[in-house]
Amino acid sequence: MMNEEKVIIFQLKDEEYAVPVQHVKSIERMQPITRIPRTASFVKGVINLRGVVTPIIDLRSRFEIEEVSHTDTTRIIIVSVGTIEAGLIVDAANDVIDLDKEKIEPPPEVVGGVDAEYIQGVAKIEKRLLILLDLVKVLNPEKLDVQPTKESIQ
Amino acid sequence: MEMTRYLDIFIEESKEHLQSINQQAMLLEKTPGELSIVNEIFRSAHTLKGMSATMGYEDLANLTHCMENVLDAIRNNKLNVSSSVLDVLFASLDHLEAMVVEISEGGSGKRDVTATVKELEALEKGEVPQSTQAESKNKAGSLQDYDQYEKQIIIQSKEQGFHAYELSISLREDCILKAARVYMVFEVIEQIGEIIKTLPAVDMLETEQFGTHFALSILTKESAENVKERILKVSEINTVEVNDIKADQLNISSNFENEENKKIEQQEVSPEDKKSEVQQPSKKSEVQQPSNTSSSGKTIRVNIERLDQLMNLFEELVIDRGRLEEISKSLKSMELNETVERMSRVSGDLQNIILTMRMVPVEQVFNRFPRMIRGLAKDLGKKVNLEIVGAETELDRTVIDEIGDPLVHLLRNSIDHGIENPEVRSSKGKNETGTIYLRAFHSGNHVFIEIQDDGAGINKQKVLSKAIENGILTKEMSENLTDKQCFELLFASGFSTADVVSDISGRGVGLDVVKNKIESLGGSIAVDSTEGSGTIFSIQLPLTLSIMSVMLVEISREKYAIPLSSIIETAIIRKEDILSAHNQKVIDFRGKVVPLVNMKDIFEVPGSMESGQHVPVVVVRKGDKMAALVVDSFIGQQEIVLKSLGQYLTSVFAISGATILGDGQVALILDCNALIK
Repeated sequence: MMNEEKVIIFQLKDEEYAVPVQHVKSIERMQPITRIPRTASFVKGVINLRGVVTPIIDLRSRFEIEEVSHTDTTRIIIVSVGTIEAGLIVDAANDVIDLDKEKIEPPPEVVGGVDAEYIQGVAKIEKRLLILLDLVKVLNPEKLDVQPTKESIQ
Repeated sequence: MEMTRYLDIFIEESKEHLQSINQQAMLLEKTPGELSIVNEIFRSAHTLKGMSATMGYEDLANLTHCMENVLDAIRNNKLNVSSSVLDVLFASLDHLEAMVVEISEGGSGKRDVTATVKELEALEKGEVPQSTQAESKNKAGSLQDYDQYEKQIIIQSKEQGFHAYELSISLREDCILKAARVYMVFEVIEQIGEIIKTLPAVDMLETEQFGTHFALSILTKESAENVKERILKVSEINTVEVNDIKADQLNISSNFENEENKKIEQQEVSPEDKKSEVQQPSKKSEVQQPSNTSSSGKTIRVNIERLDQLMNLFEELVIDRGRLEEISKSLKSMELNETVERMSRVSGDLQNIILTMRMVPVEQVFNRFPRMIRGLAKDLGKKVNLEIVGAETELDRTVIDEIGDPLVHLLRNSIDHGIENPEVRSSKGKNETGTIYLRAFHSGNHVFIEIQDDGAGINKQKVLSKAIENGILTKEMSENLTDKQCFELLFASGFSTADVVSDISGRGVGLDVVKNKIESLGGSIAVDSTEGSGTIFSIQLPLTLSIMSVMLVEISREKYAIPLSSIIETAIIRKEDILSAHNQKVIDFRGKVVPLVNMKDIFEVPGSMESGQHVPVVVVRKGDKMAALVVDSFIGQQEIVLKSLGQYLTSVFAISGATILGDGQVALILDCNALIK
């Protein structure tokens, strides 16, 4: 049984993605987000998560999938990797399953438009194809291209 | 003596540094080739040296200086790390620890360290010590230092017919249960008298942290022969030496100590005061003890962690308070309103208390500098005058605790490298006495500390050639550097411009340590200099206050908080009063031309421009520069809890953090320092 990993499955456009359950702190409904000016476009802003100011990333925009307006099924998955804590906006959070680690295969070059860089592997379970995200890379702060301070006054 | 106020800080910090040196030294033993560890030890030793010199503990400073020399030799590959080198290092650490412990118990921190110092010096010259045996003997031999209290006891007991002996006991080499033998010796002595001091300390004896020698000071009515005989009855004891502690021996050392103290107490005690000199020995012990007890009665030491917890809980309360205020406003119930108002007042008072509990005037750090400057100036034969401005500026306790070392480094630098010799100064037409300004002031969310000297300034060419020599920079790179970039090189690791290594500063450990430390506090440091007329180091530190007063403003539909500390005024100006200069909109604000900053543009706020006749602006400042921020409306003044944006968003432009408003929404806090360059 050591080879099984519990993962949370969520949906983004037509694909199903998985993140290990130990990285997931909670799943929240959509709530008002305070925009943070001049950050990368996929950073939607911050929310008040029970007293903690938590940054929110739109995964669609992170993976350069066209954005859609939020629906009733839209969820924010709060994940934590190391000292970083953030919320990921996904189309829907579907399921929790035990994933046999042996079924995980290395990622093909391009999966559903998402850069292979962010993918740890893929797993085929019955007829579903699950894409395992590499959260460390998804949450790499170096990818935040903060805009130059051109408008400050001399 | 003012110094007593910093004694606690000194002891705490010394313990920390010793701890880290110990740990690193253990690591070094495992991986002898690792120079980064040597660097770590070196830095700790360097800081320790600086601190103890400041506090006037010469033996401590002396020993650490010798340690530093040896470490430096290791660092420069002149000396290999061998077990014998480490043995000497550890021996020095034992000494240092014992001295710090003695100081914390109210002693003078004096200790005979000449043997170890010699060994260190020998190491530095490349000689390997013969054996550790000799060293442990030295350790056991140096029992002569008694603190005031112990001396008192010895003298009093002598008057009552007791003998005071110093025993030097050595166990047999093959002794297995050393602690047990020590215990048996203690048993024997306690039957006939009393033990007043042991070397090493009792707990070290109990855990067998000694060689084969140990020493005891005892009081007994038995004769020396008798004592010796009784102890030799314990098995596995090799030799016992019994020496009488002579009363005059004690007096001499206590007099010596007094002289030391007088030197420290500056020139206030005039030499003609011979009467007081005679009375001093007895007076001193009387004075010292009550002062210790009285200070411990007034205050109570609280773990800073508990204060943090208190603060966190209070933050939650402040958020709920804001929520309650809003609810009561919308409910319009008189009774609820009154209760909430009362609660707000009480919690406001509570907040003040909690805040002031953590805030300490920077004076606490600054006050130890004049004496240090005076001493240094004397050692270097320079004339220096220290001007302190803004000592009442308050800073969070955690920052205060950390900022001392960096400031010591910088001040030492200023005196050593900055201020010239009197002759040089007068030949340049300057006042013979150099001046160092130490300033502290609030500005916006920050506290600035500046160290400015009117010395030689930084020689740019010298900095560049040194940087090239040390491999920090290539020749090509050096040609295009601006003054600022050039000065930045001073903070690079392994950089030093001093021609001669002195014990004041100048090994190049100082400035990079300073920079690291300040950055770890969330601050920054900059340097500016004009050759010939002086240098200024400017440190910017955050106010780590987690609760602050802000002005809430609305820009389109977004709410932002502007810290009250950086606001000069809010105003509503007429459209026609906006002028244009160099494509920059400006306003005339009380006779000053102030640039207008449209927050909507800067923050790319969605929504159309409102075209009213009147424009609300918030005039903010950074230092003496100002800017007028254009907003849509003012909401009002509020107390908020500062929250960080988390580890993911670390460098957001012009936003210093966030807060949670009464309605549960997040509002961002403006960083006016970033808006004004």
